[in-house]
Formats: sequence, C-alpha cells, structure tokens
Amino acid sequence: MTKHRTTRRGFLKTTIATGGALAAAGTARAAGDPAITEVQPWAQYLGDGVDARPYGTPSEYEAHVVRRNVPWLTADPVSSVNFTPLHELDGIITPNGLCFERHHAGIAELDPAAYRLMINGLVDRELVFTLDDLMRFPRENHVYFLECAANTGMEWRGAQLNGCQFTHGMIHNVMYTGIKLGHILAEAGVKTEGKWLLAEGADASAMTRSIPMEKALDDCLVAFKMNGEALRPEQGYPVRLVVPGWEGNMWVKWLRRLEIGDQPWHHREETSKYTDLLADGKARRFTWEMDAKSVITNPSPQAPIGHGPGPTVLTGVAWSGRGTIPRVDVSLDGGANWQAARMDGPSLPKSMHRFYYEFDWDGSPLLLQSRAHDSTGYVQPTKDALRAVRGENSIYHNNGIQTWAINEEGVAENVEVS
Amino acid sequence: MSKFPKVLFVLTATVLGSAAAADTLGLGREATPDEVAAWDIDIRPDGAGLPVGSGSVLDGEEVFAEQCAACHGDFGEGVDRWPVLAGGQGTLESEDPVKTIGSYWPYLSTAWDYIHRAMPFGEAQSLSPDEVYAITAYLLYMNDVVDDDEFVLSNENFADTRLPNEDGFFMDDRDASPIMASADACMTDCKDSVEITMRARVLDVTPDQDGAEEMTEAAVTEESAEPVVDPALIAAGEQVFKQCKACHQVGEGAKNRVGPILNGIVGGAAGAVEGFRYSKAMAEAGEGGLVWDHEALAGYLADPRGYLPKNKMTFRGLKKAEDIDAVIAYLASFE
Repeated sequence: MTKHRTTRRGFLKTTIATGGALAAAGTARAAGDPAITEVQPWAQYLGDGVDARPYGTPSEYEAHVVRRNVPWLTADPVSSVNFTPLHELDGIITPNGLCFERHHAGIAELDPAAYRLMINGLVDRELVFTLDDLMRFPRENHVYFLECAANTGMEWRGAQLNGCQFTHGMIHNVMYTGIKLGHILAEAGVKTEGKWLLAEGADASAMTRSIPMEKALDDCLVAFKMNGEALRPEQGYPVRLVVPGWEGNMWVKWLRRLEIGDQPWHHREETSKYTDLLADGKARRFTWEMDAKSVITNPSPQAPIGHGPGPTVLTGVAWSGRGTIPRVDVSLDGGANWQAARMDGPSLPKSMHRFYYEFDWDGSPLLLQSRAHDSTGYVQPTKDALRAVRGENSIYHNNGIQTWAINEEGVAENVEVS
Repeated sequence: MSKFPKVLFVLTATVLGSAAAADTLGLGREATPDEVAAWDIDIRPDGAGLPVGSGSVLDGEEVFAEQCAACHGDFGEGVDRWPVLAGGQGTLESEDPVKTIGSYWPYLSTAWDYIHRAMPFGEAQSLSPDEVYAITAYLLYMNDVVDDDEFVLSNENFADTRLPNEDGFFMDDRDASPIMASADACMTDCKDSVEITMRARVLDVTPDQDGAEEMTEAAVTEESAEPVVDPALIAAGEQVFKQCKACHQVGEGAKNRVGPILNGIVGGAAGAVEGFRYSKAMAEAGEGGLVWDHEALAGYLADPRGYLPKNKMTFRGLKKAEDIDAVIAYLASFE
C-alpha cells in the first residue's frame, strides 16, 4: 500500500486537469483508485446462482484460513492434532470448519442410523438409546470453550513455535445444542453407590475417561449440534460429550457408552497421559479444570502489523474453566506496565471472551502481553511463576502469559522475557 | 472432593433423588446382556472386568514381534515417534523423563485395557484375551517387573501384580498452590528492566506455511488429471485403503512410515522404495525379480505372510477379492 495521501481538493484538481485529455483520447483512464475508477468484473457480469453453492464455503480469498498441523509433534497424522487459526478469527465463536482436531484413531464416520448410546453399570435399568430417542429429550443451548490440556504444551521450556495458531490453537468455542447428561442418566436411574461415570467413544481408539458424578450431574451435556448444525465428523458426529470448563480429552467424541461405577477406571488417558509430572518426579492426576488464560491474537507472528505507525488495533481471547473473564490487562512493554483492555461481546461462563486494546503505535519495538483475571479472582501467572511451582515436564495445563516481540517493521515473534 | 462447593452437593442429592423417584420420560429400551457384554470391555485396577484367560512371557514375545514391534520396536524402545513402552526407570525427575509402563504407569490394568480396546493401531479389538495377557506379561518382563520368562499372567494373579510407580500420583491440588491465590495485579512499574531471554526463531521449528499451500495445489492438479480406470472402483479402493493407512502413505507428500510409501507400487519392483528398511525376505524377493503386477499384489494382499513368509507386514490380509481389486485400482492411481 502506498503511504501517499491525496487530499480531496488535490484529487478533484487532478481529475479536472486530466478530464480534458480523457475526453480527447477517449480511452485514457480516469485518475484515482482503479478499484473505484474501473468497472470491476463483479460489478459488470453475473455471478453464480443460488444453487451453485448448496453448502456455502468461505471466499476463495480466504483459502489460507485453515487448520494447520505441526508434523514433527506426533508419529502419525491419524493420531495427531491440528490447530485453530486464532489469528484469523474475531468475536468469540469458532466456525465449525476451523475447530481444531485431535483424534486418536482418525475420524470415525458413523452412520447415524446405526448410532446407539448405551448406559450400563450401577443403574436400575441398563438402557440403549437411538438418535431418534435422544431427540425426544428437552434440549439446552450453551456456548463453551473446549481446550486441549496440552494447548501451549510445547512452550513449557521456552518460546518454540511462531504463531498463536500453534502456541494456543488447541481451543475452539462454539454453541452446543444438547441434553443435560443428568436427564439421560435419570432414565436409567443411577444407584446411590454410583459415584463415577465412564464415557466411551465409538472410534477405533474406543476413547475412555472417568468423570466424577458431581460434574456429570452439574453441567455436562450430551450434544448433537454445534453452532446450530450437526456436529462435524471430526468433532464426534453424531453425538459427543460436553464437559464445560474441563480438559478437552474428556469431551468424548462419537459417544457410544456411559457406564456408572463406584470408582474411577484409571485408563490410559488419565494415567499415562493427561497427568502432570512435577519436578520431583511425582505427578498430579485428575487435573480436570482449565485455568484462566489469554493470548493476543493480533498482532502475532502470523498476523504482523502491516500498516506502519498510527492507529492500531490489538485484540485477543481469554477464557477460564472456572467462570467468566471480567477483565484482561494488556502490556506493551513486556509486563512492566499494564492497562485494562476493553472487553467486548457476550461474557458467558466457561466460554471464550474477546478483548480489544486500541492504541497509537509510534513505530518503536513492543513486547506485547495479556493477563486474564477470572470471576474467582484468579490472575493468569507468568511462565516463570508457573515453572517455579510446576517444573518443565508438566506438558499439560500451561496457562502462562505469552509474549510477542514486535519490531520496527511490525514483524512479530514468539519470545520470553525476564 | 474439596473443589466442589457445598451447594453442588445439595444439588446433586436433589437430582439423584428425582432420578430414583421414577420421574422419567420412559425413553430408550433395556439393553440385553449380550449387548452390554459386547461393549463393556473396560478393566479397572482391581481387575474388575477381566475375562478368564492367561498368557506367558514367551508367548507374549512372539505376539509382540508380530503385532506390536513394527511401531514399538522389538524391545519396546519405540520406532520413530511411536511410544516407548519399556525402560525409563529413574528418569522422572530428569530433564528428559521417559514415561513407560515400567517407569510411570500406575496400574497394570491400564495396559491390559488399552491394548485390548485400541491395539494394534489400525486393527483394534482383534486380539484375543489370551494374546492380551501374553503381551502384557511380556511388557512386565521387558520392564523388569517380572524376571522369569516362564511367568504366566492370568485373571487369577492379575490384581496381585503391581507396577513400581503406583504411588507416584496424587490428586489435583492446584487449589492449594500459591499461584492460585487471588492477588492484586501490579499495574505500573512492575519491573526494573525487561530483556528478551529466548526467541522462537532461533529454534526454527514452526511449520512452513508456503510449503503446505504448494502441496495442496499439487494434490489438486494430480487428482484432476486422473481419468482411465473406473472412478467408483478407485473410490471403493480408497475406503479399503483405510485399513492400510495406519502404516502406509500414498499420494503427494507421502512419507515412509511403519510401511513404505506406495506411490508407483503397482507395476513396481518389490523392496525398492528408497529409504525404507525392508525385511530380509522382502529385499531378497525384490532382488530376485518380484514385480508387483496385479496378480502378485493380489496374492500378497490376500495373505501377506503366506505369500512371502517372514516379511515384516503385520496385516492379516484382505478376504474379499473385490476389496483387493479396488485397493489395487486405488494404488494404481498414484504414480
């Protein structure tokens, strides 16, 4: 983009001066922005009719806005993860096609006609439901974030990946339509000694997680829609479990079975994985809740400042597994001084929140940070504070403050600061 | 659980109460015992859920070599980035902890349950209970939990077999951590100086965005330039190929994994993919002139072990001739 500015008067003068020449030459171009002075093809010719795109997709100019993988992270893409392009999004809702994916045996393509949900174990009646049966329960709608416990896990030992998509993109935030898990369990009648629930998926990993009954009856949902439409296959079509505020691995996709028991099962994803190893060699188990966290999505390494000094919009997202985010602070100098950001959009518990900070950039280097406060009073810690109590081998639950360094050209980089 | 406020317990009791009061919609139907048995395969640390059966360390070594070693290595050391299953004792406090069944996992039931429900990768729930007992026994042996190779693991002695790190775990206590305390956040002059201590660019491990885009374009071009064979057969073959995907890649950007790349395999020489470590049997067959024409490939896919004894492919084979034809058509669409 040119930095040259044409005043209105100057523009008019030029137009008038060239006006005569234009008339003489007949085909000469008018002065000014060709996006205005030339008739664009879309302003002249007809576009596709209504049936050309029965299921709408984004503009071809948005083709770069996609989930991305970090190939070296895992042995095989079938049991792997990709990342939501947070730097390309705004507001609080993640579009369905951009919600990050984590599979343990690839995407299971279930036939809804063959879908069954079984409840067994410590219940009065062991039951089987079809999808049609589930559609006869009362429904609820809730917006919740789903964050993988390993989100930002590659950053424990220091700044590693250049882009909030890769450092923070194992999260999405959508509106779910579903049934309160408690309603479904009530049909089977949970026995009084039933204190735990095992949720199991129908994919080739038969994913299982143990969930305490208090949580199951508190706010868990058996969901079948996301953002108004059927769950995407990669998000568990036709039915997934929603475990608000708790780590994403527990939100079992392709949900096929709920077993009630009197103790947890200690399966692979709650022993070998999703336990947090501390520096002394001991590990925390059942670290379900996601701590408050925030990240600046623009500017960031994949979304540098392209316009030079002047009015600049800084924005980002924040969330907490324990409630809402009433406040986010922003620092431009690596945490020496902070200002309260402007919260905007809906503030819903266990949902993403959007914040903005508009400022006049003078073109000097910046060290950008954001710090979330949640409704319990908890304040997002620095990475150093987190490492001091957790060591560097935790993998999971890294909610430390992220720093982006911006140079004079507006280029952003993932850094750590003293 | 201390993390739940008292209000929640009251709420819980209320909901449970209403469930017991038969205040229900009457939806769903009773599950039959056979249905419950088909899906309820989970195992707990106390051994609840285990089927009757047994397997020895020596049996396990054999099954492991055939079913597991391609990814996990002959001694559980892990090939490429596949999980390491043995060793690592004494590393949990180090900078590079190696979390294996012997060094980290608290309960043996976790291994039995996981192997039974999800392994081998790409052919889940194909192992018999005795095979799972045998593999689990071999894992105990590789991890020095048992040192007798005559050891037999069964549903009888399962709960008595403990793993070394059972006491290495404790309940989430983040609530008690000092950084969880609500604090007044400093707003001005919080630091004397700020220095950059680490830069991601130095590591340079961020995926290249341009590379990814080029790949997509190339893949699209290739697809559109592909006529000749019945597209329905190729599409059917793509479905069949799902069984192969755990180990093999095909198409633009394919890499050798547990199995070699399959681009150009139809009509190509056996054992000839560059950079792949073939079994002796496959390498020799290639040197002996074996070419993967339709007939040879069909024979191999029907019975990999029978067609070429001692080759490394652990796949059991495709039973249906139409599946074999379809997958060959699919593979032939990649040069």
